[in-house]
Amino acid sequence: VKHLLSIADLDRDDIERILERAESFAEVGRRDIKKVPTLRGRTIVSLFMEASTRTSSSFELAAKRLSADVVSLKAAGSSAEKGESLKDTIATLSAYGPEAIVIRAREAGAPALVAQWTEAAVINAGDGKHEHPTQALLDLLALRRRVGSIEGKRIWIVGDVLHSRVARSGILAFRAMGAEVTVCGPPTLIPRGVEEALGCKVAYDLGRLGEADVVYALRMQRERMSEAFVPSIREYATNYQIDARRLGPRQLLMHPGPVNRGVELAPEVIDGPSSLIADQVEAGLYVRMAVLYELLAGRERPGGGARADDAAIEEPTPIGEPA
Amino acid sequence: VRTISSLDWRDGDGEPGDLVVRGARVVDPASGLDEARDVVVRGGEVAEIAPAGTGEVPEAEVIDADGLHLFPAFFDPHVHLRTPGREDEEDLETGSRAAAAGGYCGIAAMANTEPPVDTPAGVEALRERASREASVPIGFMACVTRGMRGEGLTDMLELREAGAVGFSDDGLPIKSTRLLRRALQYQRIAGAQIALHEEDPELSGEGVMHEGEVSAALGLAGIPTLSESTMIARDALIAGYENARIHVQHLSCRESVEAVAAAKEAGVNITCEASPHHLALTDEEVRSLDPIFKMHSPLRSEEDRKALVEALRTGLIECVATDHAPHSIDEKEVPFEAAANGTTGLETAFAVLHTELVVPGVLDLATLIGRMGAGAAVIDLEPPRIAQGADANLVLCDLDAEWEAGAEGWESRSENCAFAGRTLRGRVLVTVAAGRIAYRNRAFSVGVAA
Repeated sequence: VKHLLSIADLDRDDIERILERAESFAEVGRRDIKKVPTLRGRTIVSLFMEASTRTSSSFELAAKRLSADVVSLKAAGSSAEKGESLKDTIATLSAYGPEAIVIRAREAGAPALVAQWTEAAVINAGDGKHEHPTQALLDLLALRRRVGSIEGKRIWIVGDVLHSRVARSGILAFRAMGAEVTVCGPPTLIPRGVEEALGCKVAYDLGRLGEADVVYALRMQRERMSEAFVPSIREYATNYQIDARRLGPRQLLMHPGPVNRGVELAPEVIDGPSSLIADQVEAGLYVRMAVLYELLAGRERPGGGARADDAAIEEPTPIGEPA
Repeated sequence: VRTISSLDWRDGDGEPGDLVVRGARVVDPASGLDEARDVVVRGGEVAEIAPAGTGEVPEAEVIDADGLHLFPAFFDPHVHLRTPGREDEEDLETGSRAAAAGGYCGIAAMANTEPPVDTPAGVEALRERASREASVPIGFMACVTRGMRGEGLTDMLELREAGAVGFSDDGLPIKSTRLLRRALQYQRIAGAQIALHEEDPELSGEGVMHEGEVSAALGLAGIPTLSESTMIARDALIAGYENARIHVQHLSCRESVEAVAAAKEAGVNITCEASPHHLALTDEEVRSLDPIFKMHSPLRSEEDRKALVEALRTGLIECVATDHAPHSIDEKEVPFEAAANGTTGLETAFAVLHTELVVPGVLDLATLIGRMGAGAAVIDLEPPRIAQGADANLVLCDLDAEWEAGAEGWESRSENCAFAGRTLRGRVLVTVAAGRIAYRNRAFSVGVAA
């Protein structure tokens, strides 16, 4: 795997390997010294053209845990704001010889374009409403750590599917692991043709929610009301909010964050025992470490440098300890 | 009805020389020709269509065309020449050269330039420039509404007097029913065709591609077919009520074909066009997120494409129009959603449709030839034909030649061709506009010399 642009770039074996690796990084995360030298001397550029807290911070921390050098750029304050084209920005950043570029963009397909313009491995950290592959991988990891196998699980994704890159990558990833996916929301927020396009079922109400093993609620943006996708947030919440009454005791709850409390989720379920929301955040760090490892560790440096230290995972050498 | 050669182009350098095209298979559905003939051109007109091997003219240039095909040249009622304002993308010289290279003996340029063509002086300036620069005749459209703002009508009568061949706000729909109705009423005295870009901006919203499975998979905002078909139905009703005539541009979907069919059934004076990209490509291309496939109207589903092809075959869609839309590389080397709409098309139109529709047997050659020229009638010009006494508007093609689109560069100043890199079958070798050789393929002329 050279780039991670879409979940479709990965087959089931690739996904399994990344999740296994993430598990081993989770081991490391429980030690006193959480840093490994795996990517020492490698440069990773993180370019966020759109607001993000958890994805950007988790990528940055993941890179640092692997001892890489990280350059983080946000659209605010970058030359993109002064009108520089994406292509020119990438050319400029490529001059630093980064091994990887992590990019979040407003437009679908921007990471794929960047991959054409640079030698670096490109990781899609969310492109428009298209995909968010590392989110889907962390969802798989969080869920797998709780339930073991995902095979045959029934997953309901509830909410604004139309505008959700999380849903699109999630459907592909859950299906790749053998789960059955149903998307549910008001008809105005379910894309036309989604069944054929992504191989999921569609429901317009929560009547059969009881069949789900996992309920994955999506963030409902308040702007959707002004665009008349829903008549009011109140009506949306009445019909689609996941609360203690709707969420059965055996059902698990997931959400990509940040949560609109009282809109898509009732407060009591957010922090309840069925909630995987905190697990998802934690899994994000390990999955992003695993993705960086997957793309970079076995790779020749552009300058022809040495391979990364593969043994570092099994035998982490804490930084700063005498040899 | 005027001749195409009466439009503006660089035809002032003396009388055209005499020419004999020898032995080509001459195919012209309008003249009922489909056999090997010698075509003799004298004084810019077809002087004689003689049995093969008998055409003799002293001092004439002779093109040995054994095994090749000779058609009436094509006419494109819908191109963008980006002049004035974006001459870095195309100008009259490069655009008309691209047309000639594609086998066209005439084109009509849209008015959505910078500034838009909405004054008599604007039309006159373009006409004057075309008379110095254009390899083939160019007709200039003028805007329907001032500045294409959709608020007030242009001085349509004066624009007609200045030589505008028709009216269009192409690039934008005429959203106001009231204003469109006034334009169609005014057409009774202005006389010219009104060509419409049919799209309901409310339904298109932020859409950047066809709404369907592919947009659902990509998360791109979709443009429903409804956006086009409801506007066609609406405007056809207005045109019918006012007894006016309208031409629908770049039809993209089955529902639009049905709306046009219903309007024709109801007796509305309506014509329409389809582009090579809508006839040959679908939204599956957009899966790559390559901005080269971003079009307006968008590439639609396979079902839509087939409906367009069938309507072209039956003649419900009268003509092929390329919607040739040159763009600088900077406008296409950006993410899909940010990219400009459109593809160039003049240099590949015939080869694409020959390859995709004629070779597989979906459309017969004579029908395609008819549709490639019928756009002239849309703006009241005599369609090209091979007949004694008619202007010699001819295109000589090698239908067996395979070539890679764009491999030898483009005549157009822009390179945003959705068909670049594809292997096409059928190549234009020589284009003759009113007796003048407007284009000659380099490889072909070398062949003759040898």
